[in-house]
Amino acid sequence: MTSTKKDPVIVVLQLTGGNDYFNTVIPYDNPLYYDNRPYVKYDRDDIIKLEDTKDWEQPLGFMPQMGPIKELYDQGKVAVIHGVGYKDSPRSHFRSMDIWHTCEPDKVGTEGWAGRVARELDPNKENVLTAINFGHGLPRALAVPGVPVAAIADLSTYGLLTGISNQDQRSKALDLFSRMYSPTVGGSFVTDYLRSTGTDAMVGADIVKVAPERYSSTVEYPNSPIATHLRDIAQVYFADLGTRIFYTQHASFDTHAGEMAGHPMLWNDVSQAISAFFEDLKEHDASDNVVMYLFSEFGRRVHDNGSGTDHGAAGVSFVIGDQVKGGHYGEYPSAKNEDLEQGDLVPNYDFRSDYAMLVEDWFGLDSKPIVNGSFEKLPILK
Amino acid sequence: MSHKEDLALMAHLMRRAGFGASHDDLERCVAQGYEATVEELVNPTEAQPGGDMATMLRYHPSFLLPGGTPFSGQANWMYQMVSTKRPLVEKVALFWHHVFATGNSKVDNCDQLLEQIQMFRDYGMGNYKQLLIELSKNPAMIFWLDNNENHRDAVNENWGRELLELFSMGVSNYTEVDVREASRAFTGWTISAKPPRQPYGRFSWKFDYREEDHDDGEKSFLGEVGNFGGEDIIDIVCSQPATARFICRHLYNFFVADEVQVPAWTIEPARDEDALEQMMDVFIESEYDMKAVLKFMFNSDFFKNARYSKIKSPAEVVAGTLRLVGEFQFPEPGILNIGKEPTYMGQSILDPPSVEGWYTGSEWINSGSLLARVNFVADRVANTDLPGVKKILDRMKSDGVKTPEQLIDAATEHMGFLQLSDETRQQLIDNAQTDGDLDWANEAAAGQRIGETMALIGATTEYQFG
Repeated sequence: MTSTKKDPVIVVLQLTGGNDYFNTVIPYDNPLYYDNRPYVKYDRDDIIKLEDTKDWEQPLGFMPQMGPIKELYDQGKVAVIHGVGYKDSPRSHFRSMDIWHTCEPDKVGTEGWAGRVARELDPNKENVLTAINFGHGLPRALAVPGVPVAAIADLSTYGLLTGISNQDQRSKALDLFSRMYSPTVGGSFVTDYLRSTGTDAMVGADIVKVAPERYSSTVEYPNSPIATHLRDIAQVYFADLGTRIFYTQHASFDTHAGEMAGHPMLWNDVSQAISAFFEDLKEHDASDNVVMYLFSEFGRRVHDNGSGTDHGAAGVSFVIGDQVKGGHYGEYPSAKNEDLEQGDLVPNYDFRSDYAMLVEDWFGLDSKPIVNGSFEKLPILK
Repeated sequence: MSHKEDLALMAHLMRRAGFGASHDDLERCVAQGYEATVEELVNPTEAQPGGDMATMLRYHPSFLLPGGTPFSGQANWMYQMVSTKRPLVEKVALFWHHVFATGNSKVDNCDQLLEQIQMFRDYGMGNYKQLLIELSKNPAMIFWLDNNENHRDAVNENWGRELLELFSMGVSNYTEVDVREASRAFTGWTISAKPPRQPYGRFSWKFDYREEDHDDGEKSFLGEVGNFGGEDIIDIVCSQPATARFICRHLYNFFVADEVQVPAWTIEPARDEDALEQMMDVFIESEYDMKAVLKFMFNSDFFKNARYSKIKSPAEVVAGTLRLVGEFQFPEPGILNIGKEPTYMGQSILDPPSVEGWYTGSEWINSGSLLARVNFVADRVANTDLPGVKKILDRMKSDGVKTPEQLIDAATEHMGFLQLSDETRQQLIDNAQTDGDLDWANEAAAGQRIGETMALIGATTEYQFG
């Protein structure tokens, strides 16, 4: 009997630069928010209150631009995970992002967690599109030696020798490329490897180009880089090419200065893009087997610096989708002065627990070798 | 040797000892002779300045101290690789960056990383022993390998271990006790108090020797006993044949031909044991003079015969292509992106994946990186507005290049006297045949065809080798 159940798919949206948790999911009744944020705060009236938290000791609200996410939240499709991070945050973007990508807080890791998942999902490397990054290059999360991962900066122009504008010349060029890279007898190991990799790259580019051709939708995505990436993701996903891991990012949440101008814009772009994406999934009756995971490498300092906020520690992550049991998980770290470390909210929940939940409960894989250890999972997925 | 053969050999030298050279430069070098060119590379004169920093900083002041923004730091170095007139200095700095791999992922201070690269420019072609001493005092390295956490009463072995394992002798040539004793000798070698980081900028770090934190007790290291300090350890390390072998094997792997990956060196024999031993002899006899061994290597037959036996690293692909097409000889807008290009191909300069550096050779190639390489080269060489490409077109025109066969052969020469397999060459000629002879009456169309032909040559498997 063949299963009609579709393979689970994940979309990772990385909020690069360190999103200001305290200013994203806001304890709007807590005087400490207003005390610590003389300049960098949202007006109480503008904060989108989460009604289901109104009787809590510390009711919570989304920052004003998260309206579209609040709609998904009201449908029970958004899990908010509080206080995420790891011990002794280095407060460095690059080191911190590395730790998130490789699950190695104590040494420099070389394998990315999502790349390891791709290796498990496709051990025989049958599909060159099992994992795709949308953006330039590869984030370390996807980098594992020997695991083919595609990187698509722009789906509409993705491919080999795309600079050749004359279509006849280009198809001639591609035809030549495929002949030059076809396997031969008696080549050296390195040349053989080059040829098979070149063929993989071309096959991947060739397969993926059907995606925009097959796509049709009434959903209009806004005009922002993240919306374009999510639309590209939707196109590839609908084209049914077997991609299981979609990775993309939006930047830069590094709001040291001018946060009250930048932060609303960033979340406006992200919220609108996510909303369009899920609407598109719904229109194509394809939302059952997709979860989206949002994270940032750290939160920001509790007290503002007059214009923005500096690097902090604990942050917030979100899991969004039909298969998500919406609501709040974990505990909002205390913002009391005596509970802060170096002025920062202290993480009380290890980020690898998020990954373990996704790897085991979503993909059905053993998480230990992927996240480097055993971590308590939260019952976020149905 | 025919003139063409001289040019091909010179192209090989310039690719390995630098980042390639234009046809004109190759002619000039051949005229002065091979050995004289090696001499010029190893001992550059005042007439061969490095990258023009003054102009770069005038247009991009943020490149001087990029602090927490590695892209500016990467662009800074890439500009110097592209514009320098002393290419071997830059290539040797890249070599040491591969060996003494120090990464921004932890250091988080591009100012200090660029300072380390400058130190490689200043000392990288000098005496290896002196270089190791400079490295031991290099603030980025001290922080990278935690020697600032290496105290008299609490030894941290990170630096001591890597000094022996990755920077000099290689594994299995020392014991755990030696690691411990070497680490003790480097206690007190630290950086002056590191003030907190600013949001964007970084304070500069300085080497600081703290006598009160130095363990001056007796140590037993590699069979010798004494109240050793760091310099003594380096002395003893350098007297080990294992060190000469390890460094020469690195040189061979980087400059001559791809070896197996470093962790396999204790198991796999060298690719050319005879060549390695000759290099070791020169290295030891010259008392670890880098120039002596480089000169010997470039002038040797085993080097001259090792053409196209290495996969180009992403930095070599990017810098080599930009030099070929004459782009970024001036720090024009867009320079910030050229530092990112090697990252797209899998080599984030100033940020190697770990202290073990990059895996090289065929490890550079995966479907994403190959696509990035092919497209990057194609977009450049097919752009007939770029000065280097224009020069190639002019030359082909005055040489009367016309038939498909002439077109492929001339383009192959202009792209560094590439050695194409007969099969590839024939496939390219067959492809060119479908468009007939070059028609110089329509110069724009001829130029476009030549550009696209070079893009196809850049897409061959052969072009991935350097």
